[in-house]
Amino acid sequence: MNKDTYHINSLENEAIYIIREVAAQFEKPVLLFSGGKDSITLVRLAVKAFYPAKIPFPLMHIDTGHNFPETIEFRDRLVKELGLKLIVRNVQDSIDQGKVKEESGRYASRNQLQTTTLLDAIEEFKFDACIGGARRDEEKARAKERIFSVRDDFGQWDEKNQRPELFDMLNGQINLGQNVRVFPISNWTELDVWSYIEQENIEIPSIYFAHKRKVFLRDGMIWSAEDEVVYRDDNEEVIEEMVRFRTVGDMSCTAAVLSEAATISKVVEEIRDSTISERGARIDDKRSEAAMEKRKQQGYF
Amino acid sequence: MEVLKIATAGSVDDGKSTLIGRILYDTKSLTTDKLEAIEKTSKQKGYDYLDFSLATDGLVAEREQGITIDVAHIYFSTRKKSYIIADTPGHVEYTRNMVTGASTSQASIILIDARKGVIEQTNRHFFINNLLRIKDVVVTINKMDLVDYSEEVYNKIKADFSELMNKRDYQDQKITFIPVSALKGDNVVNRSENMPWYTGQSLLEHLENLDKKDIYNVGTPRFPVQFVIRPKTEDFHDFRGYAGKVYGGELSVGDNILVLPSKTRSKIKDIYFYDEKYQTASRRSSVTITLENDINVSRGDMIVLENDLPTIDNHFTANICWMDSKPLEAGSKYVLQHGVNKVLARVETINHKIHPDYSGIEKNVQGLGVNDIASVTFKFNKPLFFDQFKNHRTNGSFILIDTQTNSTVGAGFIQ
Ligand SMILES: Nc1nc2c(ncn2[C@@H]2O[C@H](COP(=O)(O)OP(=O)(O)OP(=O)(O)O)[C@@H](O)[C@H]2O)c(=O)[nH]1
Ligand SMILES: [Mg+2]
Repeated sequence: MNKDTYHINSLENEAIYIIREVAAQFEKPVLLFSGGKDSITLVRLAVKAFYPAKIPFPLMHIDTGHNFPETIEFRDRLVKELGLKLIVRNVQDSIDQGKVKEESGRYASRNQLQTTTLLDAIEEFKFDACIGGARRDEEKARAKERIFSVRDDFGQWDEKNQRPELFDMLNGQINLGQNVRVFPISNWTELDVWSYIEQENIEIPSIYFAHKRKVFLRDGMIWSAEDEVVYRDDNEEVIEEMVRFRTVGDMSCTAAVLSEAATISKVVEEIRDSTISERGARIDDKRSEAAMEKRKQQGYF
Repeated sequence: MEVLKIATAGSVDDGKSTLIGRILYDTKSLTTDKLEAIEKTSKQKGYDYLDFSLATDGLVAEREQGITIDVAHIYFSTRKKSYIIADTPGHVEYTRNMVTGASTSQASIILIDARKGVIEQTNRHFFINNLLRIKDVVVTINKMDLVDYSEEVYNKIKADFSELMNKRDYQDQKITFIPVSALKGDNVVNRSENMPWYTGQSLLEHLENLDKKDIYNVGTPRFPVQFVIRPKTEDFHDFRGYAGKVYGGELSVGDNILVLPSKTRSKIKDIYFYDEKYQTASRRSSVTITLENDINVSRGDMIVLENDLPTIDNHFTANICWMDSKPLEAGSKYVLQHGVNKVLARVETINHKIHPDYSGIEKNVQGLGVNDIASVTFKFNKPLFFDQFKNHRTNGSFILIDTQTNSTVGAGFIQ
């Protein structure tokens, strides 16, 4: 092992420590898996944390039904290769049960609706800890989040009254009905994640790399025109561009960026030089200044 | 790349958030969309300047009130280092969040408003920084633009602060003074032209030049076992690995060790990091260790070098920061979390309260209120293996958990 603990390594070691604490302190943990690069990174870290044993908790995907097909294929392959247990719960079911109402119009998205499905699933399986791939550098409300973040019976985040979190001691004690959201890569930046993917040679879905795609422009952003779920006016002209996705949330709220980066090292280079933040490509955050904080209070990831 | 964790400190409105925003701006770390959002909100608020505190005050309540409530972690990097800055609140009410931010930092920036000079909150935060034994402290005298960039004002504050320094407990703490204007950018990233009388480094230059050996405490290795790995697969049928993080020093294959509390003797057989074996596990690495003998080891046990034992006892005295509105009293019981180990602890005596303004101690205290700092003796239901905080940061610190609310209600430093 290197004598010096360098940046990437210190983040990796911290994340492994956190993941092991979850396995040790909770009875029913789960790893929330979206198919995106952050959750793929989490899986990699969890594999490392427990080697040569298997990851001692399942993955859970809250499927909006609006995923890029590439991410679903990828998810199923990963789970099979690593011999993991995967739970899938569908937003469509919550809609069919009348628990949530599908949005309509230009900016319709299922991103918000996920919260209900997630909370129901937590209740169903009695999960006491949900590991997520959120990072503090993503957004200003996220920057405030603890590593072990306690949620009440309603899944809500009490942002003005968070537990102190000192040194690297993680307090996982909770009351009945509460659960904890755990963020092992809290201290990673987008560039750290990409550099790690490069260093570890981690496979990620193809949509993260530059490819030709039919798209249209709206509000200065680039939207996929290849998928029905993205609402498009007839007067919004379809063009073909070389694009890449920086984040792969729900298709209906994830914009693409122009890119020629077809390999991981090119992507890393591009991120390093980028002047726009990752969330700049998420329309759901642009709804209002406090969009993320509001969603989090309600129990969003 | 090297990571440096820094925390800010100082009273309400001294300009901590503005300073961090300024650092981000001047190092071109703010992305266009974030900068646009700051410009837009500054305009809406009717300012004729950019309100950089908006870069870190992320909660609605914070933006409405113009104050910081909880720690924000901010990331940026230069060619030399990656920085994680904890922007902490200045308000007394949120001191626990300030301690949270400072507890993981290697360096600290204390801000002083040049117009106000050293005030009670400066004392308190300096005291906490000293209690936490943060090795490098930068005292930035801010808002120099509002005092005509006066050298006299700066010198006066420096002299006042130096008086505090004589009273501090941890004398090896390195302290540097820098006059800045966070709002205008003087001496933050770039050296100021408005203060030719100051010939030292800018704040960022100072941080860039900090050497690792100046900020890390190295001690003896302690390996608290986090998790026992038993795959029971065909390939690893008899594998029994102890997963954990190495604190304080290094461990190597072949080291003679003792497992606490049983004091069973063994030797380190292999050190795994994922699927590779290594000769040595460095400080702060999360590894998996196997031992030569098949002995019974479980979570909370500690592996230490045979000739370098911590104290093993069922009581200790510690300085604590109390963080709960429900008072701590003699006889109160808490869960005491020491690393990954937990015991039930009872308060034997509150020895004395320590005034963080260096005005002395107070004896015959009945109970501790929120934000009090005091020396307390605890007794546990089973022995802990600990070091003094001054000798070992990790193995010398602990947290207290309320048995009813399960919330973290105090932080302690073993004496
Ligand atoms: N003139 C002048 N104003 C400043 C300077 N630095 C900060 N300010 C102003 O002081 C006010 C408070 O700044 P903040 O950065 O919010 O203060 P803070 O220390 O983060 O406050 P809390 O987090 O609530 O403790 C704001 O109006 C800033 O614009 C400075 O160098 N010069
Ligand atoms: Mg502030």
